[in-house]
Amino acid sequence: MNVVVCIKQVPGKIKIEIDPQTNTLIRGGSDNTINPFDMYALEEGIRLKERYQGKVIVISMGPPQVEGTLREAVALGADEAILLSDPVFEGSDTWATSYVLSKGLMKLGQFDIVLCGRQSIDGETGQVGPQLAELMGLPFVSYVSKVEEMRDGQMKMQRMVEEGHQLIEMTLPGVISVVKEINVPRLPSLRGLMQSKKARITVWAAQELGVDVSKVGLSGSPTQIVKVFYPQRIRQVELLQGSVESQVNQLIEKLRETKVL
Amino acid sequence: MDSNSPGEVWVFAEHTNGRIKGIVYELITRGRKLADDLGTRLSAVCFGHGIEGLEQLTAYGVDKVYMVDNPASTEKEEEFFSKELVDLIQRQKPAILLAGATALGSSFIPRVAAALETGLTANCTGLEIDPETKLLVQTRPSYGGIIMASITCPKKRPQMATVRPHAFKKGRPDQTRQGEVVRVDFAQKPVTSRTRLLNVINDLNTKIKLEEADIIVCGGRGLVKAENFHILAELAEVLGAALGSSRPPVDDGWIAYSHQIGQTGKTISPKLYIACGISGAPQHLAGMQTSEIIVAINEDPRAPIFEMATYGIVGDLFKVVPMLTTRLRELRSG
Amino acid sequence: MEYFLNEQQKTVKSLARMVAEQRILPVRAELDEKEEFPWDLIGEMANSDLMRIFIPEKYEGLGGGCLDLCLVVEELSRVCGGIAISYGANALGALALINYGTEEQKGKYLPDIAAGRRLTAFALTESTAGSDAANIRTVATREKGGYLINGTKQFITNGGEAEIYTIIAMTDPAKGSRGASALIVEKNTPGFSFGKKEKKMGIRSSATRELIFRDCRVPEENIIGREGLGFIIAIRTLDRSRPGVGAQAVGIAQGALEAAVDYARQRIQFGHPISSIQAVQHMLADMATELEAARALVYAVAKTIDAGAKSFTEEAAMAKVFATDMAMKVTTDAVQILGGAGYMRDYPVEKMMRDAKITQIYEGANQVIRNTIALELLKRKGRQE
Repeated sequence: MNVVVCIKQVPGKIKIEIDPQTNTLIRGGSDNTINPFDMYALEEGIRLKERYQGKVIVISMGPPQVEGTLREAVALGADEAILLSDPVFEGSDTWATSYVLSKGLMKLGQFDIVLCGRQSIDGETGQVGPQLAELMGLPFVSYVSKVEEMRDGQMKMQRMVEEGHQLIEMTLPGVISVVKEINVPRLPSLRGLMQSKKARITVWAAQELGVDVSKVGLSGSPTQIVKVFYPQRIRQVELLQGSVESQVNQLIEKLRETKVL
Repeated sequence: MDSNSPGEVWVFAEHTNGRIKGIVYELITRGRKLADDLGTRLSAVCFGHGIEGLEQLTAYGVDKVYMVDNPASTEKEEEFFSKELVDLIQRQKPAILLAGATALGSSFIPRVAAALETGLTANCTGLEIDPETKLLVQTRPSYGGIIMASITCPKKRPQMATVRPHAFKKGRPDQTRQGEVVRVDFAQKPVTSRTRLLNVINDLNTKIKLEEADIIVCGGRGLVKAENFHILAELAEVLGAALGSSRPPVDDGWIAYSHQIGQTGKTISPKLYIACGISGAPQHLAGMQTSEIIVAINEDPRAPIFEMATYGIVGDLFKVVPMLTTRLRELRSG
Repeated sequence: MEYFLNEQQKTVKSLARMVAEQRILPVRAELDEKEEFPWDLIGEMANSDLMRIFIPEKYEGLGGGCLDLCLVVEELSRVCGGIAISYGANALGALALINYGTEEQKGKYLPDIAAGRRLTAFALTESTAGSDAANIRTVATREKGGYLINGTKQFITNGGEAEIYTIIAMTDPAKGSRGASALIVEKNTPGFSFGKKEKKMGIRSSATRELIFRDCRVPEENIIGREGLGFIIAIRTLDRSRPGVGAQAVGIAQGALEAAVDYARQRIQFGHPISSIQAVQHMLADMATELEAARALVYAVAKTIDAGAKSFTEEAAMAKVFATDMAMKVTTDAVQILGGAGYMRDYPVEKMMRDAKITQIYEGANQVIRNTIALELLKRKGRQE
């Protein structure tokens, strides 16, 4: 059984700098690491491998330094790591990213399930999972909080929605995105860390993926960022003074004035 | 389809248990403005069977409702939705499609965008028509709200955006407004869904959902231990508010993850947000900074939450909150 | 200070820190309060292969050295001294086997220890024999096919939780200090039971119990080395583990120093953070300096052991006594800097102070350790080296 986990490298410490020419962020954070939600996806993938016997293949699109993050995934238990990297991919929006990932998955061949994290902590769209599914013609379930079982080509799972949970069955192969509730990710083992240093990372560029370069990168993406700016902080806090009783009374007064109460 | 007039502005009318969701009216109000700015019509698209209250869509500003009716479909079969919506869009060619950033909206709307090879901007807090280019300018927070990005989809159509609840205000309905309802049949080929809803477990034991609450009382590490959440629960009860938490209490197991507000939890935008014992880490602010009125109660005058708050009380929450609860109870009964 | 650790050491250190911060930190106060043995955390540490570090590769270990072990103990101690000693005592219990055991013995026990499936303990101390280790009364009488053990060991770390015990008992009381032997006794052996769990001042999550032997029979293959080697094995084993105690002290002190610095920065009195007060700055400076000196000494001794030094009794003793006395001082000062808050159990430093105290006492009370150092020193000076 082949389990694919899509991961994204994000900065651990965010350093915001806006490139005035391209209106993109200079991704100059430090402590690059696996996107936190993807950790849950990876953990779930490894658990599925342990439960049903198979292989975990981790895949990511990004610049060459993403190799380090892929090795982190191998240290945790991924069996294979694939990096989709090419200068033309830079500046891709979610559609273009999903497109490149879909090419990667098609080149990979056979797989049973694809796991993604709910969203990335930098882009925060949560769109790659469903868009990838659509481009591959696969079913998709979002916000999965528990995988009940995989059997006879079906996956039964619980999904978190605003009102509570749903029990859903999906025909495989398919794509899911997971939420934090699903598991507690393991820590790496020493043997895993040492093996990951020697692990081979497969790298595929645009040509071998058969990517149409007019559809990716800053110029090929359907969406364009026209402006990046710091939000206006219009609030100036009013600190209520006096005794606790006085503060409470003042607060109630003000909230009534604004008709909130 | 008149090729001279710009394409329509569409709103996806999501419903649950047969009733249209609140976010839809907020989208219609905003969509009406966009349609007017573009000089085009505003339509709503609704999938389902036996949905009540379609006249309300018109009352809030919609000119036409596309009712995609299939008696056999249940409300959550997303694969039906995405294929039908793609077909409908390809036939009618709207310029803009807006939807709520709900669980449903987060899964099938991106699929629709992908199938159409068009751009989608999620969780928008701002939507404007650029007067020169006539493009939809979609503004959204990134990196936990540290920066805002304005995005357009210059070439592909429709320009798609999802919007969080409370990002826009709902306008006033005009019951005299006229509009039409167009019934659309499902495409000829039956689509076998590859995802099936087996069961619904409504196990959220709170009556008031965080995402839709007007008032939220939220607790953080300053509560010191799990039991102290009851102090906030009492305040929430008096206010008719939902109860939320920052991340540390959830991580420590004091309260369930469904209450977590912040970058790795829920994003909310209530009218009133009361933060008790919360320092205001960026990850938490990301989840609540668009609240209308923020009240912060914290012992530490330098807590970052005070930079975000409308009103602040520097004090001991164990004294302030119970007193607030008591005063409010007195006012309610007296 | 940068110690230019090699790749393996850096990996080991950062993994231990990850485990400590992500798994131990959230529960340390609760475990201390409830005096619960941290089985879940033992499992976590085992999953991360931390138990494999001190086991030779041949027996499914990673063949790490003394410095690797010290790095792990230090990182664990920085977060919780109680968890760290449970880990450290486990290494101590395996040391005699590793250095003096037969192939059969090592093959039988070490793989389970490496996998974290079974814990170990080392048992020398008795009610009549603390610093006066030679005064032990537990006897292991030779009989056909094995030994019959009678006696009681006191204050044994991991007692009751461990399954594999290395005990020192008198096989030939007439021979005095040359009449002791090291033996392996497994939990659930008939005649082997435990006393109640001790209620301690600190390291409360660690389990400390009496070991009670009443006509407990062990087969003859359970003797480690030869009869009569007991005290030599004990002394050499303790020499090797002393840097680990030093590392524990360094770790505890590190946690305390960080807490003190953080607090001093944000505590405002007289309109300024107290970190701007020179008296406080001097305290912090002394704490940091002594801590770094202790760390450097511990690492140097660990390295000398790893490099194959033939004798390191004096150096290991120095590392232990200096680091543990330092930890007591640094943790006490940390409580002082946090002031009233430092005395409250809601803040971590009072626990660190309680945890630090035992390090001055066990594995050789510091007064006895000083005797050891003096003896070695005077021996050497006498030989005009």
